[in-house]
Amino acid sequence: MSAKTASGIERIAAAFAASDRRAALMPYLMGGFPTLERSVEIGGAYVGAGVELIELGVPYSDPLADGPVIHAAGTQALAHGATLAGVLEVARTLSVSVPVVLMCYANMVLAPGAEAFVERLARTGACGLIVPDLPVGEAPEVLEACDAHGLALVPLVAPTTTPERLALIGRQARGFLYTVSVVGTTGEREALADRFAEVVARAKASTAVPVALGFGIGTPEQARMAADAGADGVIVGTRLVRAASEAPEDPAGAVSAVLEGLAAALENPPAR
Amino acid sequence: MSTGPSSPALEHRFGQYGGQYVPETLMPALQELEREWLKARADEAYWAELRGLLRDFSGRPTPLYRARRLSEQVGRPVYLKREDLNHTGSHKLNNALGQALLARRMGKTRIIAETGAGQHGVATATVCALLGIECVVYMGVEDMRRQRPNVQRMELLGATMCPVEAGAMTLKEATSAAIRDWVTNVQGTHYVIGSVVGPAPYPALVRDLQRVIGDEARAQMLEREGRLPARVVACVGGGSNAMGIFTAFLDEQQVELVGVEAGGEGIETRRHGAPLTVGGRPGILHGSRSAVMQDEQGQIVEAHSVSAGLDYPGAGPQHAFLRDVGRARYEAVTDRQAIEAFKVLARLEGIIPALETAHALAWVLAEPAGELDLVCLSGRGDKDLAEVLGGDGA
Repeated sequence: MSAKTASGIERIAAAFAASDRRAALMPYLMGGFPTLERSVEIGGAYVGAGVELIELGVPYSDPLADGPVIHAAGTQALAHGATLAGVLEVARTLSVSVPVVLMCYANMVLAPGAEAFVERLARTGACGLIVPDLPVGEAPEVLEACDAHGLALVPLVAPTTTPERLALIGRQARGFLYTVSVVGTTGEREALADRFAEVVARAKASTAVPVALGFGIGTPEQARMAADAGADGVIVGTRLVRAASEAPEDPAGAVSAVLEGLAAALENPPAR
Repeated sequence: MSTGPSSPALEHRFGQYGGQYVPETLMPALQELEREWLKARADEAYWAELRGLLRDFSGRPTPLYRARRLSEQVGRPVYLKREDLNHTGSHKLNNALGQALLARRMGKTRIIAETGAGQHGVATATVCALLGIECVVYMGVEDMRRQRPNVQRMELLGATMCPVEAGAMTLKEATSAAIRDWVTNVQGTHYVIGSVVGPAPYPALVRDLQRVIGDEARAQMLEREGRLPARVVACVGGGSNAMGIFTAFLDEQQVELVGVEAGGEGIETRRHGAPLTVGGRPGILHGSRSAVMQDEQGQIVEAHSVSAGLDYPGAGPQHAFLRDVGRARYEAVTDRQAIEAFKVLARLEGIIPALETAHALAWVLAEPAGELDLVCLSGRGDKDLAEVLGGDGA
């Protein structure tokens, strides 16, 4: 496969297909945190760990879907001068090695207009877009623009999503279906894996694309249970952002250690 | 007395404004809220209970008062719709009562609210005490400082206060924190939003509950003057008292509608809370698209106002629509003008208005022309004495 000619959607599909883990490892990176340079280093550590896909967050003033750790990281990134242009450069750098999906709040996507935003994103080589406050059905021009540029507009489903909406979202999903494991914002939580199987099964029945489980997954044990539940991918965000913030001298080393534990938990065949 | 609105559907959008820009987790709750509000709105038993509480608990109808000395000063009759005489001291109780009854119908056992000046928080805490429902109020730390009496009232009423330390520690962050709580606890919790902002159906729901202000004032004005006012003036933060009084006059094209925003230290300083006045590109804040203060990248910028209730970088989507179609106009007055009007009304009429309300009064005082003004006196100003007179208890 050539990353240069494949569309973003195709490149994401190929990454899932080529994964030899029980579930793809999909870490979240806060662009510009703690600084733009450091976030490139952290992303480099993700690439070095052999992750299948990176979800790259754009820091935002009012992140309604995020818990305190990612909110604070975004605030710090903005205080250190992070801009959309800077984060898109991070996307460009990382996209050479791994599929990148940008996570960006709706106001920033719609500020220049959906088409202009998506066109600019496509030029970085990124593969897709997640807009956590843009539910399916709102601003259809974002999906149109993504489709036109071959980028995956990845929708979210939640445990509260009704069967009717789930069917609609599953049909509109591109790239993968971001399945929120808990009712809540992003952040680490204890013992919630008992509902993974139900949440994943419901999502898988609704869609033809891979199902990635996220929100609240931070430990190797939780990652293993997500794979046990049948998830095609595991998204880990807050745990990694916290690791980076707790090791200001060597954030790349800190996230590498966390990723090593997560990768071991997703080995195929399972290392029990 | 209002019998409630009669239009059959709820608006999701007002022209290009409004919508539902929220995490997917909340979508079923918004759909449920809309369904239940449409049912309640058509249910005479709901209105009978609400009307009873508005009358016996809140003290409605509120008086329409001809402000004699103020009228002499500006050279035209000025009437004040006395929402400050509601129980809890502002129009906020109209909405809190209506939404709490709705929450009870939906079987919700916990209510959350955001508050800026504390008036909406006090109203919500009051209603929760009345109905025996758990109440949690999010309030910015800066607002807790400058509206200390209201914090004490909420605590006395049994509400749990959640101080919010993010950003400028004012209303925008309090609202974001309340929405995050709702995302986490949506299954048993109702979010009583305090203004005509937020994702659909809130802007329409809150307007429906606040329109009692205008419905009463219109009938009172016709009875007193035998004619409609030439102009209706109200302050606008999110814009619920303004929407509440405007709604009764929307179809009367000859009645001019004026919303007065917080000019802060002056529009040119960019330290203000006047997104409708300034104009510019629409944006998304707290779940709806409307007039929003933002930078060129789409980051929301902090508002500034001496008045905690107007210290907000957004405004209700219906206001943005009314501005665009030319039905209402929006102007700003500065902190300094508002403080002056606060003092003028006290001396002229023996009424201490809320600092929010003082913005509407400042506009009236500065406006030379006019023939018959109706002003929404949205709240009383006891809470603001320390902030205006200094020695704020710090």
